[in-house]
Amino acid sequence: MNEHHIISYRKLTGIWLVLLLLTALTVAITRVELGGYKVLAALTIACAKAGLVIAFFMHMKYEGRLLRWLLFLALLTLAIFIGLTFFDVLYR
Amino acid sequence: MNQTAHKDYFGAKLGMWLFLFTELLLFGGLFLLYAVYLKRYPHEFATAGRQLDWTLGAANTVILLTSSLSVAMAVTAAQRGETRRVMAMIGGTILCAAGFMSIKYFEWSAKIGHGIYPGSEQLKSGPPGESVFFSLYYITTGIHGLHVVIGALLLAWIALKARSGAVNASDYILLENGALYWHLVDLIWIFIFPLYYLVL
Amino acid sequence: MSNAQPPQASFWNDTGRSGIAAWIFSTDHKRIGLLYLYSTFGFFLTGVLLGLLLRIELIAPGRTIVGPQTYNALFTVHGVVMIFLFILPSFPGAFGNLVMPIQVGARDVAFPRLNLLSWWLYIIGAVIVLVSLFTGGGAPDTGWTFYVPFSARTGTNVSLAVFGVFIIGFSAILTGLNFITTIHRLRAPGMTWDRLPLFTWSLYATAWVQVLATPILAITLVLVMAERLLGTGLFDPARGGDPLMYQHLFWIYSHPAVYIMILPAMGVISDIIPVFSRKPIFGYKMIAFSSLAIAAAGSLVWGHHMFTSGMSDTAVLVFSFLTFIVAIPSAIKVFNWVSTLYRGSISLEAPMLFALSFILLFSIGGLSGLILGAAATDVHVHDTHFVVGHFHYVMFGGSGFAFFAAMHYWLPKFYGRRYAEKPALLAWALMFTGFNLLYFTMQVLGMKGMPRRYYDYLPEFASLNLLATVGSWILAAGLVIMLVNLFRGLRGGVPFEGNPWGGATLEWSVATPPPTENFEEEPLVTHGPYDFEGMGKP
Repeated sequence: MNEHHIISYRKLTGIWLVLLLLTALTVAITRVELGGYKVLAALTIACAKAGLVIAFFMHMKYEGRLLRWLLFLALLTLAIFIGLTFFDVLYR
Repeated sequence: MNQTAHKDYFGAKLGMWLFLFTELLLFGGLFLLYAVYLKRYPHEFATAGRQLDWTLGAANTVILLTSSLSVAMAVTAAQRGETRRVMAMIGGTILCAAGFMSIKYFEWSAKIGHGIYPGSEQLKSGPPGESVFFSLYYITTGIHGLHVVIGALLLAWIALKARSGAVNASDYILLENGALYWHLVDLIWIFIFPLYYLVL
Repeated sequence: MSNAQPPQASFWNDTGRSGIAAWIFSTDHKRIGLLYLYSTFGFFLTGVLLGLLLRIELIAPGRTIVGPQTYNALFTVHGVVMIFLFILPSFPGAFGNLVMPIQVGARDVAFPRLNLLSWWLYIIGAVIVLVSLFTGGGAPDTGWTFYVPFSARTGTNVSLAVFGVFIIGFSAILTGLNFITTIHRLRAPGMTWDRLPLFTWSLYATAWVQVLATPILAITLVLVMAERLLGTGLFDPARGGDPLMYQHLFWIYSHPAVYIMILPAMGVISDIIPVFSRKPIFGYKMIAFSSLAIAAAGSLVWGHHMFTSGMSDTAVLVFSFLTFIVAIPSAIKVFNWVSTLYRGSISLEAPMLFALSFILLFSIGGLSGLILGAAATDVHVHDTHFVVGHFHYVMFGGSGFAFFAAMHYWLPKFYGRRYAEKPALLAWALMFTGFNLLYFTMQVLGMKGMPRRYYDYLPEFASLNLLATVGSWILAAGLVIMLVNLFRGLRGGVPFEGNPWGGATLEWSVATPPPTENFEEEPLVTHGPYDFEGMGKP
């Protein structure tokens, strides 16, 4: 694990621009009347942004399999906590 | 005891990621509450959410994204051995943190000035869903703000280390872990922004 | 505690500092382990005293020694001390620290300074909890679960106690991430994942629960503080909040937390049984896997604490079903231990006796847990003494007895001297008898309908309560004998050298007591943890 990937300034700036674009898109999309889909749309974009930050700013794209699996495990745990709670909340 | 163990670079990073998971779950608890109460009070959440100024939220989003870029560049600079640039980039991040916190300060004080804060008479007499929304808003952004402050202090300390040469091209794990922490602060905000300022 | 320094170069006398500073600022995992051992065990004894007081109050109906308010405070503090100050930190903190790095062939944990910080956070949190008992409105009276709305309204000092527990949570997180990193990164050459001792495997699973569940406790406690200090109303129905959401958040942490308490105990048993049966463990892979499975499945079942709380029927069904899944990996472990015993050459020494009683007591506790996990029967016995009996079987009969087993098994290794065998057996017999008298009676009382958390009860429960209280005295007497014998032996007992029990895990291959660096040179592992032939022992 001694080789460290160096991400160029240009690439980082590119990612930043995409992130700004996605932010603008979130704002635009939530100004339109979409009803319940608004939450879904906004969260999908937020997830995309989070993915970019994790992959490039946090170098996850260049890490080995272990860290990715562990991150997946953490997110899965959170999803389960929220999901199972909704068995109560949705059906009460 | 005299032979110093060689530094386990990946181990240090693994430890940091594990810590980030705990942060993720910590905020996860708050998002869980948000989801449950949004399900119960969609309309009250909409009315309450509209009382927040989304332009300020958007400004803070841009500021945090920029700060994240800046600290990511600091890592690249460290890898390339450009010490002066490391400090400049961290400086940029800390500046962004200060900007974020000032905007937050104006937002909060405006809201509190209007009588909207946890336990205020106005919220107590208003619809229950709005009280829940603002309580969650204050707790979530409050804890997030605390993380911004801690992150900025951490990065300032790392910048000092970089100046003294302790963070350099062959040993920059401290900076990398500090940057990871900062990105997490950004990540949380990426979700706070649409959920509190934009949704509905 | 430092009086027992044996002569040869060991972690006891190899230090740059002197006096107490050599301990409380040491980053050596063995010293930190002993710090944890003594600090957590001190709180255990405090909890025992409180428990004895509770039993004395219940010896007869009506007020015996304390009134209702004091009784409420007593059982709250008993629970908080036992759970947050003893069982949760004790296994990973004490024996995890003492043994795990040596078992994987490392010189120390991955982050030694973080390790020390974690002990300090534990002590700071514990002191805050103690301070909360005597300041503000006095000792909390909410029960260890801090349920809202009562915890948000009571005048007692809940805020400070909860803050102390919050800090202790931080300490648990640091221990957890330290252990995961250590097990991933610091295994010696040849120490493959399928040669990892089962105690270390169980700590690995435990560490994941610590990392992924504790933050939920942290945020829950912050919310209780916010509820009390800021009036956020997030759990207040009058303000749109939902008190059941508190219970969800609390048990999302606290149910997995019972696996923080029991998993390392199972690991200890898995290490002791093969050594004293002179036989490799049966089903190594399944035991290792079942630790992970228990940790995973244990995170899906928190709702079974809330069957009578007014949760949706769908959720009751789902959580009840999921609860039964946990029984599978637990049973896998029990069956594998029993299979290991089969045709082994069993020697009934103190560690083994405690380990064997673990299997029995844990099984009783686990099976009574199924009665509680099934929604229909749970409604009948919920909040009765049956529940109290159940979790004492699992937590005390399980984790507690495993802790005693670990003390008899490993402490001589770290002190270089050992306890006397006969008093240890006597102590075990007394404790085992007293334990069952006390807690089995509780389960019967619960079945008959005696509710928990009352200082008074109906006269028809009197004789059984008397029996239970007498049981608590027998248990306490055994405990005193055990402790006196154990610690007297560790200070001035017969020398304990080499590997008298013939363990094949790495901690038995180093000098007794271990040197500061554990290994003179990095070990090369060539055999499995229970491969008694591979290590050159008949």
